[in-house]
Amino acid sequence: MARKNKIKIKLNGKIISVDKGINLGILINKFKFPLNKIAIEKNNLIVQKNKIKKIILKSNDKIEIVHFIGGG
Amino acid sequence: MKEKDYFKISNKKFTSRLIVGTGKYKSFNECAKAVKASGAEIVTVAVRRVNIIDKNKPLLMDYLNPKKITYLPNTAGCFNSKDALRTLRLAREIGGWKLVKLEILGDKKTLFPEMIETLKSTEILSKEGFEVMVYCNDDPLMAKRLENVGAVAIMPLAAPIGSGLGIQNKMNIKLIRQKINVPLLVDAGIGQASDATEAMELGCDGVLINTAIAKSKNPILMAEAMKFAVISGRKSFLSIRMKKNFIGSPSSPKKGII
Repeated sequence: MARKNKIKIKLNGKIISVDKGINLGILINKFKFPLNKIAIEKNNLIVQKNKIKKIILKSNDKIEIVHFIGGG
Repeated sequence: MKEKDYFKISNKKFTSRLIVGTGKYKSFNECAKAVKASGAEIVTVAVRRVNIIDKNKPLLMDYLNPKKITYLPNTAGCFNSKDALRTLRLAREIGGWKLVKLEILGDKKTLFPEMIETLKSTEILSKEGFEVMVYCNDDPLMAKRLENVGAVAIMPLAAPIGSGLGIQNKMNIKLIRQKINVPLLVDAGIGQASDATEAMELGCDGVLINTAIAKSKNPILMAEAMKFAVISGRKSFLSIRMKKNFIGSPSSPKKGII
């Protein structure tokens, strides 16, 4: 049973539980992702990195965080 | 004095004509050493999800400083225009990258490019302000069409990606050279140093190599070999080779023979 103060979101394809009312900035911070090395999408739309603190996560939001890896 | 032989892409000047990929290495450390040995000033990189399980996993950017080396984000693994556009828009968001490598595949086995989607995407991306270097087939007419819709570099395959088979259709590479004005680079299929030299001798402006370096027994040594192979091929091309003769011509003078 879902707890009242928690919501479920999808982060990089994985369902995770986060505090209700949490903003995207706090989520990024929690995972210690360095902001200058990532890009963020929320529900298939690119999120500007300087606005992440203003974006409050809602239930079933789909967040994608990407970075550069080795490739040809 | 004649200007130094710079490699120019979209008004940016580079000294090295070798672009190297950063995939398939045993470690980031090996990759960084190979890049250094290759002398490359541009490296291709892929855009992927961050690891949310292991937060302490090393990052490519910790080994190859994007302030010192130009990152060329690619769309590897994309099979349609929608995914490719999404990938490159995200890449631009990471740190303002405009120079990108577009690669849309059409077949999982041969990894041949899907040219209709590639052409469509090149046009859209160019209009959005991207500088698009395009992985494509070795068709001179398609190369011209890509140039017409804004590609800043044409990058035909020499052979399938990762095959190491060398240049399969030299005539097409030469024909593309005659047809287009933007830089021409052989992208996939290089297997050994002589292949890179050959590409340059055919008139390519540069070569893009990943697997031939990363999957050799000694990637750092092979990276260095590729560096010299590209330099050698370029100088050979600029020198304009001698005419081919079908009879012998002695190199030593006949006069004074004892």
